[in-house]
Amino acid sequence: MIDAYEESAGMGERINQLKPGQADISHGTILYLEDVTLSFDGFKALNGLNLTLDDGELRCIIGPNGAGKSTMMDVITGRRKPQQGRVFFGQNIDLLKLPEHEIANGMVGRKFQRPTVFEALGVAENIELTLTGSRSPWRMLKVRSTTTERDRIDEVLTTIGLIGLRDRPAGVLSHGQKQWLEIGMLLAQNPRILLVDEPVAGMTGEEVVRTAELLVSLAGTRTVVVVEHDMAFVRKIANKVTVLHQGSVLAEGSLTSVQNNPKVIEVYLGETPCSN
Amino acid sequence: MFSRKSLGGNDTGGLIVMLFIALMLVWVSVGNLAVHESSPWHVSTYTVTLLGKFLCYALLAVSIDLIWGYAGILSLGHGAFFALGGYGMGMYLMRQIGDHGQYGNPNLPDFMVFLNWHELPWYWHGFEHFWFAALMILLVPGLLAGLFGWLAFRSKVSGVYFAIITQALTYALMLAFFRNEMGFGGNNGLTDFKEILGFSITENSTRVGLFVAAGIALILGYLIARTIVRSRFGRVLVAIRDAEPRTRAAGYPVAQYKLVVFVISAMLAGVAGALYVPQVGIINPGEFSPLSSIEAVAWVATGGRGSLFGPIIGAFAVNYSKTELTTIAPDLWPFVLGGLFILVTVFLPKGLISLLALRKKRSMTEAAPPNETPRDPGSKIANQHNAPPPQEYLP
Ligand SMILES: Nc1ncnc2c1ncn2[C@@H]1O[C@H](COP(=O)(O)OP(=O)(O)O)[C@@H](O)[C@H]1O
Ligand SMILES: [Mg+2]
Repeated sequence: MIDAYEESAGMGERINQLKPGQADISHGTILYLEDVTLSFDGFKALNGLNLTLDDGELRCIIGPNGAGKSTMMDVITGRRKPQQGRVFFGQNIDLLKLPEHEIANGMVGRKFQRPTVFEALGVAENIELTLTGSRSPWRMLKVRSTTTERDRIDEVLTTIGLIGLRDRPAGVLSHGQKQWLEIGMLLAQNPRILLVDEPVAGMTGEEVVRTAELLVSLAGTRTVVVVEHDMAFVRKIANKVTVLHQGSVLAEGSLTSVQNNPKVIEVYLGETPCSN
Repeated sequence: MFSRKSLGGNDTGGLIVMLFIALMLVWVSVGNLAVHESSPWHVSTYTVTLLGKFLCYALLAVSIDLIWGYAGILSLGHGAFFALGGYGMGMYLMRQIGDHGQYGNPNLPDFMVFLNWHELPWYWHGFEHFWFAALMILLVPGLLAGLFGWLAFRSKVSGVYFAIITQALTYALMLAFFRNEMGFGGNNGLTDFKEILGFSITENSTRVGLFVAAGIALILGYLIARTIVRSRFGRVLVAIRDAEPRTRAAGYPVAQYKLVVFVISAMLAGVAGALYVPQVGIINPGEFSPLSSIEAVAWVATGGRGSLFGPIIGAFAVNYSKTELTTIAPDLWPFVLGGLFILVTVFLPKGLISLLALRKKRSMTEAAPPNETPRDPGSKIANQHNAPPPQEYLP
């Protein structure tokens, strides 16, 4: 379908002068959003949003439904272009000038809110398609799986606990397993920033614990941004929380500080956001 | 949704269909050329040409399945690429007529003499050489598909919108080719062919040769398509078909993939059209009719999309029925085709191939409907909070 908000840069254009590795993060900032506004037919899903992420941090984003959390991820990944504002990776890479697929290569990886895997393909094939490396059609026509690739796939599958389901079609996985597979696809993609939209929806208690451990272990070498409704989960992993409301930041800080913030309490209609 | 068998591993169906076609090529050729007419085993030249036509249709169906069944691109204008390939061959055949035409002009086809033209338009130059025509048969559909696809895919036009503009494309070409000034023979098209590569086109042996060529083209086209869908490129196509936003988020330049496969598919369709024209003896703008393209998609749906061999069965089954029916009650055909399409969509969404015992063993993918609600006990966690909207705004 035609989506006016999704005009990406033309396929042939090479505006990407800088590789992800050439990002300037000398000031410790990996992602920088300034005054970002994106409206859908006049409705501002993002409204003057400012956000700064430090390299290697683990940030939780919370906020009521419709606050603009998923839309924010759309902007960072280049899936939607905002009408206004600036989005920088490091100090020098302007993400608004890059098409989605170039941002995805090495810079920003994303897990969708609704788990999205390639259902007709096998579990291992899902990981294989997301391994780092050139995405050119010509390479994909010729390429054969190498042992290095197979080892890497098995490594990722072991991490996400799906090694036993290696050759099953991804379509038969349970909801929680699909969530894990998608996280595994992100691991294989190995981006500097991981955006994880509601990762524990549909997971069992034990799976939630393992997901928390995994995400915490990823931070440090990578920057991890988690959007989650599950407050118990947020408490397990977060050191810094950002509260979004009506497309802009309402509060930011430690979980306790935002939970005691009167504005936040009001937005959550009196109920403490940690009622679980 | 789609069986994984089509992507790797077991491929019995494809193998059987290919063997069947190879067998048919031998049987029909021998039956026509070597068996005497009085024998019940004799195959008439009419049958040879009819089956030859079906082989071309089957190649067109394979080309459509490559983009629709694997990349999820529904083109309702593939008849345009078929017709362009046909015109390329037609131009070569016209030039082969030489001074054997009614007006005996060695340089100009009859219709140009009739229009009082004095020299050959520039774009007819070169078509006296078979190699040049063959090149154009690949290049012209390929380039048109490249340009059209580039414009469409980079602006993320897909689904129904794409289907509609492909209909517009073939319709526009039909109107253009109807015009005499275009220099392609107007509504009469190109016909009265005499020779191909020095062989008389009406000769039995030539007809059998063309039939065999069409069969070989189908087998090669099928093998090319099969190699593509079984490569990692093919898995990216399936990824695009089933979860395009996910594929983009994984770093794939989706538009480039669609463009590449669309161009390859258009070239296959062009070859099919080129082999069709010398067998039927004519190419006219009617081949661009939007309805022809829709019919071709119906063959694919009937046979079973996303398998490559299903559409071959579909093309043969539907066109055989059409041939039978149009001799009895020609007016009924559109209704039968429409009815068939509805029946297949409702009762056999995977096409005729799902009837075959080959598919008896239900694939695992089919057992699990996509986006099933979570069954595991822990899913309660998800439902405890004011439930997040289940769907994202996927385009
Ligand atoms: N494609 C779209 N068209 C129109 N409105 C949209 C679209 N996507 C999101 N919205 C609206 O933008 C707001 C923010 O949505 P979203 O980012 O999904 O919120 P969250 O993820 O925080 O729940 C919501 O009010 C939603 O209805
Ligand atoms: Mg959301």
